[in-house]
Amino acid sequence: MAGPSFQDLILRLHDFWSRQGCVILQPYDVEMGAGTFHPATTLRALGPRPWAAAYVQPSRRPSDGRYGENPNRLQHYYQYQVIMKPSPEAAQDMLLASYRELGLDPRRHDFRFVEDDWESPTLGAWGLGWEVWCDGMEVGQFTYFQQVGGIPVVLPSFEMTYGLERLAMYVQDVERVFDLDFNGRGVTYGDVFLRAEREYSAHNFEHADTAMLARHFQDAEAECAALLREKLALPAYDQCIKASHLFNLLDARGVISVSERAAYIGRVRALAKACCEAWVAGEETP
Amino acid sequence: MPELFIELFGEEIPARMQAGGAADLARLLTAALADLKPSGVRTWYGPRRIALAASIAAEVPASTQSERGPRASAPSQAVEGFLRKHGAAREDLREESGFLVLARSLPARPAAALIAAALPDLLRRFPWPKSMRWGGSSQFVWVRPLRRITCLLDGALVAFDMRQGEDEGHGLASGNVSEGHRFLAPGGFPVTGAAPWVEELRKRFVIADAGERKRIIKDGVGELAAAENLAVVDDPGLLDEVAGLVEWPVPMLGRIDAAYMDLPPEVMQVSMRVNQRYFALRRADGTAADRFAFVANVVPDDGGKAIVAGNERVLRARFADARHFWDLDRRTKLADRLPTLDSVTFHARLGSQGARARRIAALAGTIAAALGADANLARRAGLLCKGDLASGMVGEFPELQGVMGGYYAAHDGEAPGVAAAIRFHYAPRGPNEAPPTEPLAAAVALADKLDTLVGFFAVGEKPSGAGDPFALRRAALGVIRILREGGLRLALCPILGAAATGYAELASPGVVEEVLAFIAERLRVQLRAEGARHDVLAAVLGAGLDDDLVRLLARTEAVASVLATEEGTNLLAGYRRAANILRIEEAKDGPHDEAVASHLLHLASEQVLDRAAAAARVAVPAALTEQNFTGAMAALAELRAPLDAFFAEVMVNDPVPELRRNRLALLARVRATMNQVAEFSRIEG
Repeated sequence: MAGPSFQDLILRLHDFWSRQGCVILQPYDVEMGAGTFHPATTLRALGPRPWAAAYVQPSRRPSDGRYGENPNRLQHYYQYQVIMKPSPEAAQDMLLASYRELGLDPRRHDFRFVEDDWESPTLGAWGLGWEVWCDGMEVGQFTYFQQVGGIPVVLPSFEMTYGLERLAMYVQDVERVFDLDFNGRGVTYGDVFLRAEREYSAHNFEHADTAMLARHFQDAEAECAALLREKLALPAYDQCIKASHLFNLLDARGVISVSERAAYIGRVRALAKACCEAWVAGEETP
Repeated sequence: MPELFIELFGEEIPARMQAGGAADLARLLTAALADLKPSGVRTWYGPRRIALAASIAAEVPASTQSERGPRASAPSQAVEGFLRKHGAAREDLREESGFLVLARSLPARPAAALIAAALPDLLRRFPWPKSMRWGGSSQFVWVRPLRRITCLLDGALVAFDMRQGEDEGHGLASGNVSEGHRFLAPGGFPVTGAAPWVEELRKRFVIADAGERKRIIKDGVGELAAAENLAVVDDPGLLDEVAGLVEWPVPMLGRIDAAYMDLPPEVMQVSMRVNQRYFALRRADGTAADRFAFVANVVPDDGGKAIVAGNERVLRARFADARHFWDLDRRTKLADRLPTLDSVTFHARLGSQGARARRIAALAGTIAAALGADANLARRAGLLCKGDLASGMVGEFPELQGVMGGYYAAHDGEAPGVAAAIRFHYAPRGPNEAPPTEPLAAAVALADKLDTLVGFFAVGEKPSGAGDPFALRRAALGVIRILREGGLRLALCPILGAAATGYAELASPGVVEEVLAFIAERLRVQLRAEGARHDVLAAVLGAGLDDDLVRLLARTEAVASVLATEEGTNLLAGYRRAANILRIEEAKDGPHDEAVASHLLHLASEQVLDRAAAAARVAVPAALTEQNFTGAMAALAELRAPLDAFFAEVMVNDPVPELRRNRLALLARVRATMNQVAEFSRIEG
């Protein structure tokens, strides 16, 4: 099966979700661990205003780096993220239709919704939903948000996350992520990212300056608090995302003990909560 | 009687919640409609629906109800108040024994009205383990979005909706439309009742009954395996879950890449089960097969090629992950993981896993010495048995703890006995797992459990009622099964004492007795569950707590086998007669434990019983000392004929006071002798 190229998958998803009424956004320009951290999801999930958006978000998981040697693991990969608020009645059908657009027909493939409750301790967020399975493979995560930043949502959102590399490996029948056809004209995923995986793995595990990272974490925390005093929810939230990524880097460097770990997560959650509260306050008084 | 049919159709319900949801629906509906006397309640459950059918009365018939009001002599305000409350008039009242009584006739209430009134509230309060909101601002929560409510009484729609004040209840209202398979038969169809619903669903690729889906899966997977001369590894929990993930089960077989067949079979099975819900297969010789079985939820248009290829591919990725851990873990020796365990908390008050391993090591050495196993090897195994908790594989699959430790120990070049002891040290974890019987492995497994029991008892974390968060009952039962099924002779008191030493000042002196009593109680519960004479065990325990469970059970067995004979029954009858008389007379002027005066024994049967009692008084303790419980019971059995003759001839409560006292003393001596073997008063039946 010569399925769509990596970039063609993205284009098809953009086209599909655009037709469902989503705002097509570009990636957020701050390093983050998952597409959920994008303010278009975290903050927009709160408050009473309807919202629908889709975007690709580069996601950084410093501990998942394998120097480009593991066929499935990357420290930097792409998530395709969809959020619709309130959750549409046809959310499941839309989702299945999107897979049809990618060449996965549910009359030929075995699609399943398997219980998977989502929780993000750093965002103080949770929701209920499923892993979406295609022929036994998780091809997406479907969540109905119930709480974000410790705040119960007014209108529950439908959130869908596609792991683009994994999905592409499936539709292209490729066993090694670096062998993915990126553009349909001879450029592979490895051509684009293999060197980055090697260098960032070395950075994440060996060379990142931990004293500096710890200092930057404190800076971000302080800046976040200062901006919140000015009721600037969005710039404050940028600092929260930065703090979260700095924590992930420190974690990858192995300098955080078990008890410190819980404390760091608690500090990021406190920032997220305060940012979300500031966002909601701003939404209520336009 | 009319048939009530309800279907609640929505987005995928977690497999583990489906059966409970259907049971809750039956329970709540039966209670809410109790006036309609529901009977023959049946339920169905599956990925997208729970449903119920029941026979109910067509109506609650008309009735009259009398309401007693104020006294006839009461002031008129009181009477008016009563009338206002019930919306009645003065002429509706009659007088009955000084009180005003209002006779009210209640009209018949039709079933449909009662159902329509009860259901919205029932659904809004439905006790799903976890519920969620969706869509708009409605506060009506369900396990996942609820899309359709079907409610029919003999085929006719029972109309209600889920609105409540301002809350639009997702716009849900009862209807008569259901849906079949999501992909194979999309769209709605009208429902007229339970039986046609089941048949219409079948035409639309949905097997409504979970039991039938399970049979289809079990048989289908079994046949596919058999065609390849393979057998399915029995896994009832997995079968239940898979039946909750499919509406139209289509069993299929996939191939495992030869490159992964050298992984430990336990690793392959757990990865398949936990991550993929695949069934593991075995060859005739019991080794892992290079095939796996799984169940699709669709009849594919290409005969299943894409689905099988997809699942095989996913499994390759899973096994590649497993191989990563397997290779990586074996680069670090278990012994080198011990420092890591020092920073892993076992329990806030009981210290680290490292400290736990050191305690288990010491205790395993002590137990091994008592069991005649190699104490050094036991200590080694104890020290290493928690090492795999720091491995990548156990981090990924906690259920492989112990098993991986065994593999890693063997790889590190530890003695085979040490590797086996590590592998089995958690056993038995449930009724289906055998306890380790080899003394070295048994010593480590016992040390693990006894350390846990003593530790948690020392900090007061004892099981209460249904609450047993640290699985202490299971640990105690594990101890019992290891000793019992291995026939291992071990005095538990000194071992528990040694375990308590491991906790130093944390363990109070009483903890040994507490844990021993706890284990004895679990033994009694276990015997009762087996249908064995748990009352005999209680009786034997009443004669004194024995810390050697095998000896305790031998004694119980000896007593039980004699009691099963006619002689035993009569002996017990004699004992009871003696004990009853003593109880009554002791209440008057007891106790009667003075020495028996032979010169006062006038009757022949008195003298015979006295001689028999004196003989038993020597023979029973002698036999008990030799742990010859059958002998002790035989000595007691000698009392039976003299006791019978005594009660036939002798009137205990003789008018002459000293004769009475002497006879009571004789009976007391018989009872005391028998109580040395078991407290026979605790025997039931």
